[in-house]
Amino acid sequence: MAHLLLRHRDIPDIKKLDVYVKNGGFTALKKAVTGMQPGQVMDEVKASGLRGRGGAGFPTGVKWSFIPKGVFPTYVVANADESEPGTFKDREIMEGNPYQFLEGVAIACYAIQSNVGYVYLRGEFYQLARELDDCLAEMEKAGYLGDNLFGSNYSLRIRTHLGAGAYICGEETALLESIEGKRGQPRIRPPFPALYGLYGKPTVINNVETLTNVPLIIEKGAAWYKSMGTEKSPGVKIFSLSGNVTRPGNYELPLGTTFRELIFTHGGGIPDGHQVKGIMPAGASSSIILVNSATFDKVMDTPMDYESVQNVGSLLGSASVILIDDTCSMDWIINKTMHFFKHESCGKCTPCRDGTYWMLHLVERIHAGNGTNADVQILQSVANQVNGKCLCALGDFSTMAITSAIERFPQDFESKVKT
Amino acid sequence: MAQMVTLTVNEVKVTVPAGTLIVDAAKRAGIDIPVFCYHPKMEPVGMCRQCLVEIGRPMIDRTTSQPVPGEDGNPRIQFMPKLETACTNPVSEGMVVLTASEKAKAGQKEIIELLLTSHPLDCPVCDKGGECPLQNLTMAYGSSGSRFIYDEKQHAAKSIPLGELIYLDRERCIQCARCIRFQKDIAGEPVLDFYQRGRATDIVTYSEPGFDSIFSGNTTDICPVGALTTADFRFGARPWEMNHTASLCAQCPVGCNITFNVRREAKSGGGHSIKRIMPRQNEQVNEIWMCDKGRFAGYHFAESAERLTQPLIKGAPADLQTAQKLVAEKLKEAKAETVVLAGGRLANEDLFNLKQLADGLGGKALLYTPIGGGEYTAVYGLTAGSNLGDLGKGSTVLVIASDLHDEAPIWYLRIKAAAQRGATVVVANARATPLDDFATFVVRYAYGDEVQTVNSLSGKEQFAGAFSAENLVIFYGSDGLGMAGSTALAEACAGLVKSRAGKPNNGLVGVWNAANTQGAYELGFRPATDLASELKGKAVYVAAADPAGDDPALAEALKSASFLAVQELFLTETARLAAVVLPASAYTEREGTFTSAERRVQRFYPAVPPRPGTRPDFALTADIARYAGIELEGRSPLLVMNRIAASVKVFSGISYARLAEVTEQYPIVGRGDLYYGGTTYENTQGLGTHLALSQEDISAGAKPHAALRPKENELLAIPASKVYDRGTTMVAARLLDGRAGVPTVAVNPVTAGKIGLAAGDPAKVSLNEAEYDVIVKLDESLSTGVVLVYRSFGIPISEPTPVKISVAEKA
Amino acid sequence: MSLAEKYPQEIEAIYAKYPADRKRSAVMPLLYLAQRDEGYITKGSMAEIAALLDLEVTEVASIVGFYTLYHDKKEGKYRMQVCNDLPCALRGADQFLESLCQNLGIQVGETTPDGLVTLEAVMCLAACDKAPMFQLQDDDKVAYYENMTVDKTMELIDALKKGGLGESIRDASSREVK
Repeated sequence: MAHLLLRHRDIPDIKKLDVYVKNGGFTALKKAVTGMQPGQVMDEVKASGLRGRGGAGFPTGVKWSFIPKGVFPTYVVANADESEPGTFKDREIMEGNPYQFLEGVAIACYAIQSNVGYVYLRGEFYQLARELDDCLAEMEKAGYLGDNLFGSNYSLRIRTHLGAGAYICGEETALLESIEGKRGQPRIRPPFPALYGLYGKPTVINNVETLTNVPLIIEKGAAWYKSMGTEKSPGVKIFSLSGNVTRPGNYELPLGTTFRELIFTHGGGIPDGHQVKGIMPAGASSSIILVNSATFDKVMDTPMDYESVQNVGSLLGSASVILIDDTCSMDWIINKTMHFFKHESCGKCTPCRDGTYWMLHLVERIHAGNGTNADVQILQSVANQVNGKCLCALGDFSTMAITSAIERFPQDFESKVKT
Repeated sequence: MAQMVTLTVNEVKVTVPAGTLIVDAAKRAGIDIPVFCYHPKMEPVGMCRQCLVEIGRPMIDRTTSQPVPGEDGNPRIQFMPKLETACTNPVSEGMVVLTASEKAKAGQKEIIELLLTSHPLDCPVCDKGGECPLQNLTMAYGSSGSRFIYDEKQHAAKSIPLGELIYLDRERCIQCARCIRFQKDIAGEPVLDFYQRGRATDIVTYSEPGFDSIFSGNTTDICPVGALTTADFRFGARPWEMNHTASLCAQCPVGCNITFNVRREAKSGGGHSIKRIMPRQNEQVNEIWMCDKGRFAGYHFAESAERLTQPLIKGAPADLQTAQKLVAEKLKEAKAETVVLAGGRLANEDLFNLKQLADGLGGKALLYTPIGGGEYTAVYGLTAGSNLGDLGKGSTVLVIASDLHDEAPIWYLRIKAAAQRGATVVVANARATPLDDFATFVVRYAYGDEVQTVNSLSGKEQFAGAFSAENLVIFYGSDGLGMAGSTALAEACAGLVKSRAGKPNNGLVGVWNAANTQGAYELGFRPATDLASELKGKAVYVAAADPAGDDPALAEALKSASFLAVQELFLTETARLAAVVLPASAYTEREGTFTSAERRVQRFYPAVPPRPGTRPDFALTADIARYAGIELEGRSPLLVMNRIAASVKVFSGISYARLAEVTEQYPIVGRGDLYYGGTTYENTQGLGTHLALSQEDISAGAKPHAALRPKENELLAIPASKVYDRGTTMVAARLLDGRAGVPTVAVNPVTAGKIGLAAGDPAKVSLNEAEYDVIVKLDESLSTGVVLVYRSFGIPISEPTPVKISVAEKA
Repeated sequence: MSLAEKYPQEIEAIYAKYPADRKRSAVMPLLYLAQRDEGYITKGSMAEIAALLDLEVTEVASIVGFYTLYHDKKEGKYRMQVCNDLPCALRGADQFLESLCQNLGIQVGETTPDGLVTLEAVMCLAACDKAPMFQLQDDDKVAYYENMTVDKTMELIDALKKGGLGESIRDASSREVK
């Protein structure tokens, strides 16, 4: 099947405007702006069942419908802050198939009658931001952005905004703060961005991959889109496969594809004759799925959709599937994830700021072989203490690998501690 | 009226206005929810997570929108699975909050444990120890031990001067951002911010000078740990060793309520020393804040070793009675040729006695002030029911010829807040001032055009409505004005509020340079239009004023007085000229009252015993009067106030008991809950009361006023005020030396360029035939014909005066 | 010379991205501009940016302090930022970094004696499938180098010494296109 999102894999030059147009580019935008009411666009996306690809899986059309009517200005912000360890799909979309993404931004803007869209890219995508700026200039030149699109009275501009190195800016309110020229620290919610977003105005924030689906839905219709994937998780999804796997990379597959198919059919299995020991399906924020001879088949036959992954004790999230083989000890894994979260904690709220610091000390001690059983228990307890008390989800995320590792892989800790 | 909402907190039913946050609603019901980052004067941020509680809300049937009844018939309550922050969640009807359930208590305990992993626990050497929210809440809500290994604690720098006034201890900081938010949201001077992130987050300032804000001390009050301490107090005393006395700040006419903290100490030979000044709550005056001038300069002068303690006759030590009798004899001789000259830092009781004496002798009672117009504020000023805190939508505030930020800092805060609440704030000045940033309209005029500007205001189209708003309060000052100019401005402004006399939140306020100038006017003192000629040949009795120090012309006039007696704290230039010098007690050493420029009479109480050899002004005056055959009250200020109330109409009904009355104020501060509002003292000794308006028949409205304007090829020196100056009560505050700086003049860059001066250059100014060394500051908002000269820096400037400025030769 | 004098057009273009009354939004792009100009962000440029945007210099500094790609100290001409986060580490990033240190004779966080390269370990760069990898940050660019080996990296450093950017070794293996 031809790729729907990673179309550059089939049409290498699709990152050029004329090639994109030749292959049906911007017909959806034109259809929306010239032939549909904003509400119809919103309804179509709602009907498609498209769910947010950034991790939370919230229905996209429903999110758009929270924007109050008659309030101007409103904003659409594309979240291109892709920073979750194990996630590298948005970068490939923007590098390879930028116009489809930008067309999605434009349609989302039209749906909520926003005249300005922002693409928030993580600072490391400095080069990519320049490429997108060039794309936006091309679009404006070709009449896909600017005043009176397609002769309508709708005007639209899209701008890029570069972050500068902060995982937390992937959190939508931190991202808004960052565009506003502030430290990227999350806001308290409510109010939610749909009511109080960028510059205090109603704002829709969608992930890059989510938006890249939108032109397809408008062009081919919700029913077509729903024909892919599962009933509750329709459509295709890009799975970022990494870690101990023979062929890491992005794989665009229908939602509900099994772990087995992703890992073995596409990823080529585990190299060097090793066995899968754990899977982190949502990057470093995941609870680690336990894979052993007893659970192997159940896990491998689990469809990767938003509901089913919960049955094996984790979440699909952004579908950043990190494979861990049997050469790895979990104390090492959580040492890695804790370094990450401690480094990325914004410092705004106590449990995350002080909790990640404390947990890292415990994890390092255990990993260095200087920990005791009591340290493992304290670690578990501090993780529980942090979980559910933070201002945003980052603090919770930081505890997922820890609690699941200690719970599901106790032998890795028993063998590590001093007795 | 706001819609009311009823909720249940720990089984206590509470009814509060909709929109109230749970933490505040609980506080009103007497239930404490621990907080660190939340502060009732600031927007909630939900950062520290200390206020975790269980929140339940009535289950709503989606089809009927009605609450689902439970088994007992009451609405069924649905609790959220997670604990929530009480500081970020507003109340809702039927809400049930559990602040002390096992789950909530565990959450609160866990947050404290986390906070303490980054805290040095150096309470024994911490200034905050004893009044520390973290310490108190740890005792109340924390656990006795910790599972954290303290060898793994992150160490950070201690005792970092953020400037010369405030020190930061990075280890103690718990990143609550109260200081940052205060500076940004309340002071409007965002010179503190976080640097780095995560556990490395710390507080920094990049301003020059460091922590460049005149409100910096307030951050030490609201800091919930010992991270921010003042250079003035650090390592000075432990909080529990000190007594506290209610008082007022005497540095400006706002009348901030304060508390003196006092202890006996070896350093002062076992005597009492004032260790620090803390704000005291008065929501109608200073809320819970005070400025750094008050905090750091408010008592050092009184503690000075330079104080007068010995009566002098012709410079030689004398016995008090002999000295007073000599004064009485001389004044009695002079009779109508007597001039009593009093400064605005005297108490109402002192001024009343001085006035009575002058009246009894048939002489004159003159007020020593650079600003005129008090006769208008007495008639058209603010009166009962007025509170700047109530001004918002529907109110207009006009500030004219005044830099409130420097002249009355707390009014700057309160007017800024009024603007943010929706009041129309019109700031009219001849130069840019900090309040401009928050003004609805900024009006710029040329020095000399003040009266015309007032005239044109109500006519201007863009202000349409502003001057016919429900409320109108006018603050007028003396920026660029002398006695005649400020009086004319007052008269013009009075015309705008004339029809509103007596209506709460309407009136004219003079931005005086002293704490009780308003009181002096109310008690009948008036400034002289030509003071020098009033003094020549007269028997002059000066109290709390240093005309000779301010102006050589007045020194000359005093030298030709027939007799000069001076009642003072210090051996001032004026006192040096006096035949008799009488040492007065400082206001920290006695009781009394001040009348703020908002016309609120408030009490201050004795904090320390009088310096030996000194007596309060009212008593010194009463003795002199008695020796002169005039019977005055000299036993206690309370009795003097009773006489004032009986004889001065606007004071009628005022008594010390009435001034000591207190009504409940929100937010609740002080008490046991320092963690909530900070270490500001609760007001238990009086909110004071407004004076009635004088019914004197006085014309109001703009009259033509001939102001001096710069001529071609001539520069005009313009008097202006700076928050930190070198006045009598400021110089002893050595901590502020750097902020006050050296004598400075401000000019437009174009003017400076023509003369060959750049910012920071030394220069010479000559005015009234004398030459002074100054440093040049540039201010683009000034017109090119003027040189701004700051008062109380040793350069006599009472009126706009022609001036020359030249490059100083390099030393 | 000030930024405003040197880059009037760039600054105008930055302002144009945001609503006129939301100038503060320009602080991040202006900081990038300042960093491009001097290689790091000086107190002087923070003060200038503060003045341009009506901010306190402390507020600008606070932004510099929060985001890791802003540098307030002069380091090597290039910052070689190796990702050794979990997915990369599973593919040998730690060993790669360690032998890079040995080859360069410096520790993580240090700069080569010639001032050319500062070696840093950083968090996920969204290139997990192409580890070991790093990004190379200089005044004006952030470029990714993927599927790297120590030999290839040393080759790149040689190229950098000669003023090149080793474009041919941006991806040490050919990118698999499916």
